[in-house]
Amino acid sequence: MGHARLSAGRGAGLRPAGRIVRASHARSRPELRSGRRGPWARPVGHLCSSLVGPTVAQGTRNPVAHGRRVALVSGVVSIASDADDAILVEGLYKSFGSVHALAGVDLAVPRGTVLGVLGPNGAGKTTAVKILTTLTLPDAGRVIVDGRDVVADAAAVRHSIGLAGQSAAIVEELSGRENLEFVGRLYHLGRTASKARAAELLERFGLTDAAERRAKTYSGGMMRRLDLAASLVARPRVLFLDEPTTGLDPRARNDMWEVIRDLVAGGTTLLLTTQYLDEADELADKIVVFDHGKVIAQGTADDLKDTIGGDVVEFTVADRSQHDVAMAAVRGLGDGELTTDSDGYVGVRAGRRGSAVLLEVVRQLDSSGVTANGLGVRRPSLDDVFLALTGHKAEADGEATVAEAS
Amino acid sequence: MSDTTFGGRIRWGATDALTLMGRNLLVWLKVPAFIMFTVIQPVMFTLLFRYVFGGAIHTGSYSYVDYLLPGIIGQTAAFTSFGTAISLAQEAKKGVIDRLRSMPIARSAVLLGRLGADLVRLLITVVIIVGVGYAVGFRFHGGVGGAIGMIALSILLGLATCCVSAYIGLKIQDEESVQAFGLIWVFPLTFVSSAFVPVQSMPGWLQAFANNQPISQMVDAMRALALGGPVDNHVWAGVLWMIGVMALFIPLAVRAYRKAS
Repeated sequence: MGHARLSAGRGAGLRPAGRIVRASHARSRPELRSGRRGPWARPVGHLCSSLVGPTVAQGTRNPVAHGRRVALVSGVVSIASDADDAILVEGLYKSFGSVHALAGVDLAVPRGTVLGVLGPNGAGKTTAVKILTTLTLPDAGRVIVDGRDVVADAAAVRHSIGLAGQSAAIVEELSGRENLEFVGRLYHLGRTASKARAAELLERFGLTDAAERRAKTYSGGMMRRLDLAASLVARPRVLFLDEPTTGLDPRARNDMWEVIRDLVAGGTTLLLTTQYLDEADELADKIVVFDHGKVIAQGTADDLKDTIGGDVVEFTVADRSQHDVAMAAVRGLGDGELTTDSDGYVGVRAGRRGSAVLLEVVRQLDSSGVTANGLGVRRPSLDDVFLALTGHKAEADGEATVAEAS
Repeated sequence: MSDTTFGGRIRWGATDALTLMGRNLLVWLKVPAFIMFTVIQPVMFTLLFRYVFGGAIHTGSYSYVDYLLPGIIGQTAAFTSFGTAISLAQEAKKGVIDRLRSMPIARSAVLLGRLGADLVRLLITVVIIVGVGYAVGFRFHGGVGGAIGMIALSILLGLATCCVSAYIGLKIQDEESVQAFGLIWVFPLTFVSSAFVPVQSMPGWLQAFANNQPISQMVDAMRALALGGPVDNHVWAGVLWMIGVMALFIPLAVRAYRKAS
């Protein structure tokens, strides 16, 4: 799909709170793979400034000024207590008739971090978001958001959350500015403050020029940005984004990613559902994979890719007679056995070193005088992850889709 | 929510309902098609019945235009509820209601804001119809009190039918189905009534229905107030009907709202 990873461009300063995995969790939950090989195994100089978000009591949203400092000592993060989870979910169940939308889900999202909930349609992602945002009651389980129970204390939870996503809850007949101003007034910010906040958000999301136009005339990307802006009017401490880029073209998706990254840099805790592995990879500190209402895997994006063998450098030999020469040239460059077929295809397993192995392969092929077609790094997709984890593709079966869509 | 006293919560809820009402009215004003449907249509009906059908309809001692206008207003009140059902169905389907429910606004505000906006819309339309009526020969004969009473009853009729429609809209949540369903229950009730023709002109088996159904009761009461005739029991019968309808459909609508997502 051509979503080049922007690792280099993801500036250090953008995500001060990123990539924190609490050691306690890793220890108490063996399934948490990030404990094994934390992300600091990668060149992550910017982690020195890692801080968790503020606690509620401190009542501030500036992680640098008041956040609880987390010391990084040779790859081990000292831990904060469970009270520092912005979202805590234990044993969550929800059925719609005979469809088990959620069948025992546990989640913990530390403050100031981003959790990516990855899964196909019908996996239970939207149902989980609806329960976490007080829209649907769970059948069983405990859900704490920003320190409060979503069932017993729903009204209080609604004060600290924001929700945006695929269903653009924008009144299309009104202008972007009017939409945001009404949201401000519904949060009782007052007329003047609502106007000021609307103007500020329009500016921040690049919608000032379109502010007076009816939302109906907006492009898909603009509509999503407006929708996201609406969810931020009251400065929520915990933000839920339900498939924020589904249906957007690649460019609008990239714009949306930029906006979300900026947001997270400000210290907001974010739970993001998505069907795209690259999206979770770009935005999330930790990923959980949903399938049929259960968490079937969790960890960082790299952990997930490791489960399926990581990157593959692949090419097809142009002149079939050179096949053996090519095989000999690249043998030993990657991990494990080469994959090949009778059409001249060669695949080199490269783990996380896709780019480095690619360069090496190019050099070796060049010096051996082999001409290769379609040379490149294939990064694992959600389909690959799903196939490896579940044995089925990441496509919804009809029944589950209907349940999720309702 | 700083103020958790009962009064504070009422104020909070009322502010939310007013904000949403303002938003709904702004949408109505911004879409010419909505104004066409809600205002032009009753004016067209007034002119159509006044000049095309009116000559063939005999209304005894009243002139037909005097007889007609309370009927048109009753019909308009009932038709207002189409908008209620369609808007709520759209909002539920698009996720607008979900978004509002994830915000700390009063639970009642979405429904109250919708009903409030629709009733303001109805009031504006009724005033326009009365104006057009005056231009084509209608006159109030029951004094200012009667005129105000008639308009008040039309708003009550609108409120009751909007409650029914709110339930239908939130329950069905599909614009086209809601529209079709609205025609099925609103059309017979408004046309098989005393709104446009005297019930005595209908066949006997139909008269039993037409005489006793709520819209006839309300239109008869409105007509009596507007024209200064004997009010009889129509007002009480009509008001009781409306209270009964609301007692049934307000809880149903609230339940459908809670479940709508």
